[in-house]
Amino acid sequence: MTLDAVVRVRRNGFTLDVALTAAAGETVAVLGPNGAGKTTLLRALAGLDEMEGRVVLDGEVLEDTSQGVHVPAERRRAGLVFQDHVLFPHLSVVENVAFGLRAQKRPHPAAVAQRWLVEAGLGDRAGALPRALSGGQAQRVALIRALATEPRLLLLDEPLSALDVSVRAEVRRELTRQLDSFRGVRLLVTHDPVEAMALADRLVVLEGGLVVQSGTPDDVTARPRSRFVADLAGVNLLRGRAHGDQVLLAGDASVAAVSAGEGDVFAVIHPRAVALYRSRPDGTPRNVWHGEVDSVDLHGDRVRVRVKGPVPLVAEVTRGATLELGLTAGATVWMAVKATEVSVYPA
Amino acid sequence: MSRAKIPAAIGILAALGLLLFLLPLAGLIVRAPWNQALGELTDPTTTTALGLSLFCSLTATAIALILGIPLAMILARTRGTLRNVLRALTTLPMVLPPVVGGVALLLAFGRRGLVGSLLYQAFGIQIPFTTAAAVMAETFVAMPFLVIAVEAGLRSLDHRYEEAARSLGAGYWRVFVRVTLPLLRPAIFSGAVLCWARALGEFGATITFAGNFPGRTQTVPIAVYIALETRPEAAITLSLILLVVSVALLAGMRERWLGAL
Amino acid sequence: MRRRALAPLALFLVAACGLQSPAAPTRTALTVFAAASLQPAFDKIGKVLETSQNVDTTFSYAGTQTLVAQLTQGAPADVFASADTTHMASLQSAGLVQESKIFAHNRLEIAVAKGNPKGIRSLADLARPGLVVVLADPSVPAGKYAQQALAKAQVTVHPASLEQQVTGVLSKVALGEADAGIVYVSDIATSGKVDGVAIPDDQNVIADYPIAILKPAQNASGAKAFVDLVLAADGQAILKAAGFGGV
Repeated sequence: MTLDAVVRVRRNGFTLDVALTAAAGETVAVLGPNGAGKTTLLRALAGLDEMEGRVVLDGEVLEDTSQGVHVPAERRRAGLVFQDHVLFPHLSVVENVAFGLRAQKRPHPAAVAQRWLVEAGLGDRAGALPRALSGGQAQRVALIRALATEPRLLLLDEPLSALDVSVRAEVRRELTRQLDSFRGVRLLVTHDPVEAMALADRLVVLEGGLVVQSGTPDDVTARPRSRFVADLAGVNLLRGRAHGDQVLLAGDASVAAVSAGEGDVFAVIHPRAVALYRSRPDGTPRNVWHGEVDSVDLHGDRVRVRVKGPVPLVAEVTRGATLELGLTAGATVWMAVKATEVSVYPA
Repeated sequence: MSRAKIPAAIGILAALGLLLFLLPLAGLIVRAPWNQALGELTDPTTTTALGLSLFCSLTATAIALILGIPLAMILARTRGTLRNVLRALTTLPMVLPPVVGGVALLLAFGRRGLVGSLLYQAFGIQIPFTTAAAVMAETFVAMPFLVIAVEAGLRSLDHRYEEAARSLGAGYWRVFVRVTLPLLRPAIFSGAVLCWARALGEFGATITFAGNFPGRTQTVPIAVYIALETRPEAAITLSLILLVVSVALLAGMRERWLGAL
Repeated sequence: MRRRALAPLALFLVAACGLQSPAAPTRTALTVFAAASLQPAFDKIGKVLETSQNVDTTFSYAGTQTLVAQLTQGAPADVFASADTTHMASLQSAGLVQESKIFAHNRLEIAVAKGNPKGIRSLADLARPGLVVVLADPSVPAGKYAQQALAKAQVTVHPASLEQQVTGVLSKVALGEADAGIVYVSDIATSGKVDGVAIPDDQNVIADYPIAILKPAQNASGAKAFVDLVLAADGQAILKAAGFGGV
């Protein structure tokens, strides 16, 4: 069972243009900053919003604008899990779970619903109303409600974002367990990289309505193609034209690497590889730039120093170092990066 | 509660406003002929008028629910000029003087009316002077209250509940009956109560369109009006009954049912 | 201000007052409460009074019982003209009028649509099933008289509505909502929108209309002028032209 989708949505000056494939048994996470179009994509796949393009699920054409085909949401058998559960407030937990079963005329809806709840360890909450549940419990019920109807496609809209950080881990474990035993196609959207990395088998990075990158989480973070992913991976990402062993950045600054190749490239420098000096250093590093400290942030026992200048970089140094060098916002510094620490790959 | 002191001027104005409501009610209660009240209560004119009023107002409310909820649903989904026009039309009876409403009903449904003439010539059906006319007059003036309340409820409803229901396989009617209506219950309830209260008190449109005849079209407000000239004690007693019913209604409603009110 | 300026100023003010209307009496206001059936006739009488006596009359027309209720509650008026003697008597016992005079008579007539499409010829026809008949409420003089006439004719009518004033009956027939109604001869005479079917004398009722000056009248002289005019030849002529019987 696979999902093959080409989705285009034009609304209020925003354009979403995505081609996506997902197979049963793998969890695909669509990752991107807010406003990237993730929820728009999900709603279009669910049949709730208008779109152009073509969506085929398990051989059935759910949407084909050129042929005028549009299967309404209620017949798609695509389960939807919202960010903040959206459980029916006037129905008990078990009635919430049974709702889809009744709608699809399945036998013994209440009993089946009860069984799902017991299996998830929520049997004792069956008669409660949604407002009596904790955030984590409610979200788990929402997941069960979607799964109970045995949909072909499971769509999850930022399933953990609305939860307290302390609860997230627990719900994430539950989610992983349920997803593993789910036999349909699973698509998850999120802006939280941790959520994506933890749940995804395959990552699709969405920015400004376009797919900028896709692959396994490791692939994507090893070779980021956007600021978003770079920030996610915690690395410095530069873009420029390579020529020989130099990468020319916009504004005439250049980065020396080892055989950068030719053409448009990304240059990645890990913050750990950036050394900071109060005065111009004299040594082997081929890359020496000056700049001004923009901010200094503590991360545990490391410090991330953001430097602005012709080559803006984030450097990771020790606390002692910052104190010793007197690194505060506004201070002028010199940065040095060895050419061997610069990894370059085609853009 | 904030501990900020309310200025005296506000307090005085509020007290005056309260007096405006309290004094007429006090007058009614104090001047009531309590010793005659029981006699008036069992008087056939009183019981007939009361029974007719209850029947007409409840029927009017039922019609308002059946026609008004769908109307509110259409209103809630429209936008722009169309919505403004529809809104103006549905709230017109609220701002129109009731007698004017009665005249308009005559011109539409009277024997020479726009629709009424067709009904009369084709089927011999005549609407004015019937209980149906009283119900129509009450529905005309009271339905807007229900429509407004339900529309407000619909606009404040989270659409995602309906979307969740659809994603679970529920078709239009199941979503409407099992999700939308239950979530709308406070708005429908408060709208229906306002509608009923307005229908119960309607006078001008009823007397113009339906006329006055005991047992058929003489509702309590009309009975009070007539009685005031010939039997003031009966008028006061009837007024008191209506007052008690209204107070009981308003007091008996729990706040969580009222929602929008 | 200087004393010198005061004198011419005072002279000016006196002259100004004098310039108003040297000989004519000042315009006065008068309030008359009258039974609804009197409207066409009284409006004309009011106009006559305005030109002859410079009295500006405001009329309040309604069912007699409504006017009596308002007057007993303290509504301000100078003159009251009733459609029956009973209501005038109740005002007398309430101490609001001293003496009253009968100034006109009226009789009942059946009002029907122009051309009498339903072919109504008598009170008995009003009992015809399917006919929409409207009467005045028994608390209204016209309604009370109608009941008396129907009793005399031994006819039972099932009215569709009981109106609060006789002109309400007339308008329902004129609008086409009612097939027939019992109103006054004067109503039909001045209406022009309906036809009338006469009621024979032995079934008909003579209505006596009394008029009186109210005791708490603001404009006693104006009130007297009005009442005098109503009883005088001019006023009686207007009433006769409107279909009333004179005194």
